[in-house]
Amino acid sequence: MNFQIAVLLGQDGITNGAIYALLALSIILVFTVTRILLIPLGEFVTYGALTMAAFQSGRSTGVVWLLLIMIVIGCALDIRNLLKNGYDLRKVQWIILKLAYAGAMVALTQLLTLSEIPMFLQVILTMMLLVPVGPMMYRLFFQPIASAQPLVLLIVSIAVHVAMVGIGLLLFGPEGGRTQPFSDTVFRLGSVMLKSQTLWVIIVSIALIVFLFLAFERTLYGKALRATAVNRMGARLMGISPDFAGKATFALAAFIGVLSGILIAPITTLYFDSGFVISLKGFVGAIIGGLISYPLAAIGAVGVGLVEAFSMFWASDYKEVIVFTLIIPFLIWRSLTSHHVEDEE
Amino acid sequence: MMTATTAEKTTAGELLLDIQDLHVSYGKVEAVSGVSLQVREGQIVTVIGPNGAGKTTLLSAAIGMLKSQGEVNFDGHLYINPDVEIMVGKGLGLVPEKRELFTTMTVEDNLLLGAFMRYRKGDGSYESTLAEVYSLFPRLWERRHQLAGTLSGGERQMLAIGRALMGKPRLLMLDEPSLGLAPLITREIFRIFADLRRQGVSILLVEQNARAALRVADYAYVLEGGNVAMQGNAADLANDPKVIEAYLGLASKHQELLSS
Amino acid sequence: MKSRYVITGFIALLAVAPLVLPTFQITLLNYIGMYALVVLGLVLLTGVGGMTSFGQAAFVGLGSYTSAYFTATQQFPVWLEWAAGSPWLALIAGVLLTTAVALILGALTLRLSGHYLPLGTIAWGISLYYLFGTMKNLGGHSGISDLPPISVFGFALEKNEEIYYLIWAILLLAVLITQNLLNSREGRAIRALKGGQLMAESMGVNTFRSKLIVFLISAVFAAVSGWLYAHAQRFVNPSPFGLHMGIDYLFMALIGGVANVWGALLGAGLLTMMKQWLQDILPFIFGDKGNYETIVFGLLIVFIMHKTPGGLWPILMHFVPASLKTKKKLLPAATDKHAAAPDLPRRTQPEKGDLILEARNVTRQFGGLVANKEMNLQVHAGEILALIGPNGAGKSTMFNQLSAVDTPTSGEVLFRGQSLKGISSRQVASLGMSRTFQHVKLLPTMTVLENVAIGAHLRGDRGIISSALHLERAQEASLLKEAERQLIRVGLGDYLYEEAGSLALGQQRILEIARALCADPCMLLLDEPAAGLRLKEKQALAELLDKLRSEGMAILLVEHDMDFVMNLVDRIVVMEFGEKIAEGLPQEIQTNPAVLEAYLGGAE
Repeated sequence: MNFQIAVLLGQDGITNGAIYALLALSIILVFTVTRILLIPLGEFVTYGALTMAAFQSGRSTGVVWLLLIMIVIGCALDIRNLLKNGYDLRKVQWIILKLAYAGAMVALTQLLTLSEIPMFLQVILTMMLLVPVGPMMYRLFFQPIASAQPLVLLIVSIAVHVAMVGIGLLLFGPEGGRTQPFSDTVFRLGSVMLKSQTLWVIIVSIALIVFLFLAFERTLYGKALRATAVNRMGARLMGISPDFAGKATFALAAFIGVLSGILIAPITTLYFDSGFVISLKGFVGAIIGGLISYPLAAIGAVGVGLVEAFSMFWASDYKEVIVFTLIIPFLIWRSLTSHHVEDEE
Repeated sequence: MMTATTAEKTTAGELLLDIQDLHVSYGKVEAVSGVSLQVREGQIVTVIGPNGAGKTTLLSAAIGMLKSQGEVNFDGHLYINPDVEIMVGKGLGLVPEKRELFTTMTVEDNLLLGAFMRYRKGDGSYESTLAEVYSLFPRLWERRHQLAGTLSGGERQMLAIGRALMGKPRLLMLDEPSLGLAPLITREIFRIFADLRRQGVSILLVEQNARAALRVADYAYVLEGGNVAMQGNAADLANDPKVIEAYLGLASKHQELLSS
Repeated sequence: MKSRYVITGFIALLAVAPLVLPTFQITLLNYIGMYALVVLGLVLLTGVGGMTSFGQAAFVGLGSYTSAYFTATQQFPVWLEWAAGSPWLALIAGVLLTTAVALILGALTLRLSGHYLPLGTIAWGISLYYLFGTMKNLGGHSGISDLPPISVFGFALEKNEEIYYLIWAILLLAVLITQNLLNSREGRAIRALKGGQLMAESMGVNTFRSKLIVFLISAVFAAVSGWLYAHAQRFVNPSPFGLHMGIDYLFMALIGGVANVWGALLGAGLLTMMKQWLQDILPFIFGDKGNYETIVFGLLIVFIMHKTPGGLWPILMHFVPASLKTKKKLLPAATDKHAAAPDLPRRTQPEKGDLILEARNVTRQFGGLVANKEMNLQVHAGEILALIGPNGAGKSTMFNQLSAVDTPTSGEVLFRGQSLKGISSRQVASLGMSRTFQHVKLLPTMTVLENVAIGAHLRGDRGIISSALHLERAQEASLLKEAERQLIRVGLGDYLYEEAGSLALGQQRILEIARALCADPCMLLLDEPAAGLRLKEKQALAELLDKLRSEGMAILLVEHDMDFVMNLVDRIVVMEFGEKIAEGLPQEIQTNPAVLEAYLGGAE
């Protein structure tokens, strides 16, 4: 291996690592606030990438119908609850708003010639279609069992992932998707070539992390989510409802997932079932962070990206084996540091 | 300590909280079986009783942390199996036995989160409430940038109460506020209850420190085995030999103490 | 009794199935049988033991590939050549290999709490899957073909109808073994894993060992299933051992009913049939071929988890007329059966008045907080000592020091002259100290008798294999007899076969005392035994404790209820702010000014 190859692999590693870091952060966020391990996070990545690819290739995509169906069912459930628990003006307003949003999305996707609008509009439209799927997912699948045992939540999470993969096949077909890069510029630093998409990924990732940091440190809504993670009971007593916290974190996770998908779509060809392995690498990062520590998880995730890139060079057949066995030392360490018997609720 | 004057004690206003025939079960075990309880505006009401009598369960169910059967009337509205978010929004606050602070966040963040419902509803006046809470608990002002987890037991209790006050509750429910606190601090906390009542906050107080609770309260309920075993004016109950017997097993000594 | 007819009928149906059903249906039944074997392991692991594994498919793969490697690759080193070609030797090798791998993985992950285990299983499940696909001498992605059939007594099981009998015989054997195991001393320890680990440890159960055992059993079941699979297909490749199958196995367990042995069969059957059916139907709906059944399965699992997290088996049982159900088979259940069993040996009990438990200058600090400061106390045989004090006085912390749940920062606790330093709560149980819990800890769906029998765990010694084969019935009878004796002793003799969760709180507390007594202790530690009890229940409890005292038991109780304490105990130690503020006879305590101050409150 010479220097140039090392730089190339390093670039790949850091690009992927940045994505894994974003995913690891949203995994921890969702986990600490809702106790759910968001296995379907990877599907947001693939849906994001494949929706963009579908836009650019001029193929029609059914994503909007998925959103519409979820919103309609969610609203139906809300209305049933309203009938049971009594009228509440704010909730009625929300229902109307959600239905109107779904209608507007249907209209937009049907009226616009999606392959011809500028790329940043495509990005925004992809976001608008997919990010609300996050909170709706929480509403439909997790909210009714929010206080269930962790095992039940995990199983439901896996089941939602399985269903989402099938739906992905239905929406996007078995072909892979790849999108145009945001720009074609290539930077040179001496003998080193930097792909512009790599820079995009890194810049957006850092910007996002800074944004998240500010949101959680400076705004009361962000603090409310943190509070829920610190002490669920205390947060409920402040009127921070688990429903609100759950939907908000799912929305954030969906946003991060979809954005990640859009970012890597020009670099990697993604298929309807690629999401799982991607999110699992985020999970490896999250586990390294003990499912609690954001900085450790981010560093761990970048490490995963680098290990992956270099093992691709040295032992490409064993790439996945190496990446997933990375967690073993961390599991041993956890195992050695926690030795008391506890009853899990 | 200085007890509230008799005049204050008798000015009971409208019915604020009216619980009727409340039942709460954990699986097959019924922890609260048919409790009815009222708090009038401007009143301090206390619930005393042995461990496991269902006191904490009662408060949790009233605010909607636990599923219950029966009626909870608050401020003229009937709630069946109430929802915490709604109850907090309507002005019911609970300071739980374990405080449930956000230990890795600052004192000020803890307090601000107490006003979350008001902020969400667009009520911007919580800034002034923050000032009021700081003037009530100057210690919290001194420590406003400290993490809640670094506070002492008494300061934590103050923070828990302050945080609940940030929601501008009309009725503040407190579960064992004197738990684990030194007498001096307990005294200070109890003094604040009288202050709060003067400011128009009604209080429902669950206490194991029966004597202190009965002194500060207007009306009291004795809970045993999930039922109301006795109720009456706090002063009357404080002299009731049965209460003394049940709580302290020190009937004779207690009489001496009262007469001293 | 009648359920026995149902099972006999079921076996008869299975036996004639190959004679009447077409080959295709038999193949389907073969799959169901092989899947059910894996799922059975998951029922043990997840439903009974409370641990989740997504990696079972990898164990299936280990079993499959080991056998394929042994019987079809001809790559053996010379010294192993004698073993090549025989599926039965390959089975033994596969089981050994799987056990070894499971031991390592289990040792790595089973100590971890919460989500690390399922995440860990996902990771190694995937790793093993990729390994199967990349190892050249395992045939890569194209796999290994031309496996020989399994021979039984020289008869080769080549056709689906033939191996069918082997598959179902093994499955039924596994069901029998599982049921035997669950219904034994080791089984009770395993069943306590879900929600009762703290309690089980304090009764002397090594919970980690129990976890490892169920993990190994489930892995071995999976490996055997893989072995059958390899020789039924006569071909292996990596695809049936991927994570998606690991997920499917878990889904089968959940659909059927993860807590029931028969749920495994139901789940495997339902999912396999549905998959078949959906693969026929869905292409008509969606227009082209694809794994669209995953959408239905995913949503179905969500639905089941929302509506009936216990799976479909309990619902099915709901429709079975009561006359067909037998009371939980708890061999030897009938009282007369274990009346004849020999009594368990008892430990030598101390003389009345002997010093049993002593705390010397016990201090416990948590960071800056001093929860216990320089605490001293002594408990003698035939004496009840009460530790009282207001809430938050540090009684619970002291209780934890005394029961070896926690270790003092300084000072020491001596039990019958032996220091408890470095001794786990599990070892304390074997020394003769037995405890109850402030918040009752029992296994609500187990019978009262079984709950109490957990207390006698350390008085039995028969292990997993004799349990699985029910060779330990004589000892089991003695254990249950002891449990019954203790239940009669405390006055719960009428409730032996009730579910423990259906008892009133007072009875549950008494049950805990019976469980503690079952360990044949010389000292009882009771944590707030009277909390939440009604007057009558308190009186019954006081009578019981009085009786135990007169029999020479040393009893320490932590209590908040003064009334209960004053009329019962011999001596009282009063705590406030972590320190002992008074000690003496009840009358002395009642007139002690420091105690009055503590109890009457500081708000004077």
